[in-house]
Amino acid sequence: MDSFVNRFRGTTELWANEANMFDDFGPYDAVKEFSQPPVEFLKECTDEKSDSECRIKFEHGTTTLAFKFQGGIIVATDSRASAGSYIASQTVKKVIEINPYLLGTMAGGAADCQFWERELGRRCRNKERISVAAASKLLANMVYPYKGMGLSMGTMVTGWDKTGPNLFYVDSDGSRFKGDMFSVGSGSTFAYGVLDSGLDYELSTNDAIELSRRSIYHATYRDAASGGYVRIYHVKEQGWEFIGLFDVGNLHWEYNGL
Amino acid sequence: MSYNGSAMVAMVGKNCVAIAADQRLGAQLMTVSTDFQKIFPATAKSYIGLAGLATDVQTLSEKFRFKINMYKLREEREIEPRTLSHMVSSTLYERRFGPYFVEPVIAGLDKNNQPFVCAMDLIGCVDIARDFVVAGTASDSLFGMCESLWEPDLEPEDLFETISQALLNAVDRDCLSGWGAVVHVITPERVITRNLKARMD
Repeated sequence: MDSFVNRFRGTTELWANEANMFDDFGPYDAVKEFSQPPVEFLKECTDEKSDSECRIKFEHGTTTLAFKFQGGIIVATDSRASAGSYIASQTVKKVIEINPYLLGTMAGGAADCQFWERELGRRCRNKERISVAAASKLLANMVYPYKGMGLSMGTMVTGWDKTGPNLFYVDSDGSRFKGDMFSVGSGSTFAYGVLDSGLDYELSTNDAIELSRRSIYHATYRDAASGGYVRIYHVKEQGWEFIGLFDVGNLHWEYNGL
Repeated sequence: MSYNGSAMVAMVGKNCVAIAADQRLGAQLMTVSTDFQKIFPATAKSYIGLAGLATDVQTLSEKFRFKINMYKLREEREIEPRTLSHMVSSTLYERRFGPYFVEPVIAGLDKNNQPFVCAMDLIGCVDIARDFVVAGTASDSLFGMCESLWEPDLEPEDLFETISQALLNAVDRDCLSGWGAVVHVITPERVITRNLKARMD
């Protein structure tokens, strides 16, 4: 039996050498530019494909949305934080107030979103107000070097600058898109369904707020990982305004005439 | 076990028992139905609750209905809850190496109106309890709620309140269960069945 095993022992060494070869690949290695903690072992705990029992990751399921209309931009989120199927909190604030003119939303890893958008707020301190395009690009470029290391964030950066209302989608894969309407998170498909059927650029402010509230409610109803409260913001020329918090537990009976 | 999601609990009271379950049927994170039956009447004074994979819940509920009817025809009497638990247990153990993915809960009053509740794992290991049993994806939170709310010798109306609060608050900490609940309180005279209004998220 041993002799049989020994015949293949060389194969492993061959692979080990091959791995070393990659280490010497080229004179410049972008990843080595950053101080690297020994994160390999963490992949076991954070990888979405691995066993859910050993997951560190908080807040996997979410519904967030934002859309442009004649009165500016409406931003709405749910407020549930889950770890696996356990509901860790029903009162999470998934809208991050970067500064009085910029809002960020939170989907994916709570800590990742919170940290990087706070860092973005720090880097946006300037005499002149930064454009939303620049701010979102700053965020995208900040997280890009960590690609493949387990960062998880799907965020929308919104605000009002010289060019008017602006809405960008940025995620930890490095994507950055400008758009008129986005929804992010596990409940996003359900929210898109309601949003697509009711969205009109000429909507009044009250109707736009109501549309966002209904979209989040329907997402929380169908998506197990979304729930809690609907939190709504309105981005205007003078900066953002907090509209309100609405308990989903009451909304269901309100919408169903009870 | 967590593909469809469920929460199930049974409690002993003074000359009465109660069994309750949520009403959600999901496909992982997507809620598909909010009026899915998980508790099935076995006799006039006993119920079987099946938590777990929905396809197996329905298959087994029919299988048990058949077996309970056959028992009644052969014996010319209704099956006792304790006997019922052994029937369910051996039915599950028949599939020891390719099990049905369900955790059954049985609650009932025997011929002397003594309370009986028990729970099982998916291959039929019976756990008979003198206080309460739980099953499903919200079982951790249910244990916590039951441990703090349950007390001995509860009257039917108090037992209803206790089991309802235990279930509703437990499913509020579980993504995969909730969306409405049903409670049966079994007393020697009658069975009280009520639907609970719950959070729908």
